[in-house]
Amino acid sequence: MDITQNYFEFLGLPVSFDVDPAQLSERYRALQQELHPDRHSHQSEREQRIAVQYTTYLNEALATLKSPLKRAQYLLSLQGVDTLSDSRKQLDPMFLMEQMELRERVAEATDHADPEAELDALEQQVDAEIKGLEAGFAKAWGNSNLEEAEQVVRKMQFMVKLRTEVEALEDRLFDD
Amino acid sequence: MAYSEQVIDHYENPRNVGKMDAEDPHVGTGMVGAPACGDVMRLQIKVNDEGVIEDARFKTYGCGSAIASSSLVTEWVKGMTLDEASELKNSKIAEELALPPVKIHCSVLAEDAIKAAVDDYRKKQSK
Repeated sequence: MDITQNYFEFLGLPVSFDVDPAQLSERYRALQQELHPDRHSHQSEREQRIAVQYTTYLNEALATLKSPLKRAQYLLSLQGVDTLSDSRKQLDPMFLMEQMELRERVAEATDHADPEAELDALEQQVDAEIKGLEAGFAKAWGNSNLEEAEQVVRKMQFMVKLRTEVEALEDRLFDD
Repeated sequence: MAYSEQVIDHYENPRNVGKMDAEDPHVGTGMVGAPACGDVMRLQIKVNDEGVIEDARFKTYGCGSAIASSSLVTEWVKGMTLDEASELKNSKIAEELALPPVKIHCSVLAEDAIKAAVDDYRKKQSK
């Protein structure tokens, strides 16, 4: 174990967009047990502190690799491509137009004859788009096409944000 | 974080919200987005034969600062020539709205939107 390793190496997984969720949680649990404070209580303060540091790193690694968007962003960051801050490179207008239309539908959903059905339909559409983008990322990444991979991640950011908004609206409207 | 009075004013009473016909040869449309915060902005201008912007409309899905920045730009560009409008600087927008450093990117987005609208109009005209 070594925190100069990247998250994949740290967890003993191949550096890839394709992560097996079962394998990920299995590795996580194994390392978590190994780092558990009870197992280090007899050790020096310094060693205990290191175990705490490693646990923090392990939790960050899990949170990053579990989410397809964060995993994609992390893979790009390992290649020196930063997608966490905004860039002035613009996305294609067609995509932005579609984004605008989806936002309009979300904003108008509360006035819809059947808001619940409308929001369900929106959520399904957004989920399908996200699935498509994930496949697109896997392909671009597999072909070492970093530029394309970056574009896809930026689109994923919009869609994931949109999904969060749809979910928040559903919670507000239907889950009192 | 507290918004400035200017931002709240534009947020509560946004100017020139709406849509123009993107197919109209006199209309230029700028679509921009900021992936990190998920903001999308559409800014449209209507240009007369003298190359002066007669009208402007916007629609923004985003935070108060992004809405205020685009609202302010639609007010400012009315009566401007295309050259004047494309020289609009985000620093002017940020200054007018007293945007804090973390919201400067909203004014950048509005600058990019007006530039994109001017470009779109010019592209249409050169066809």
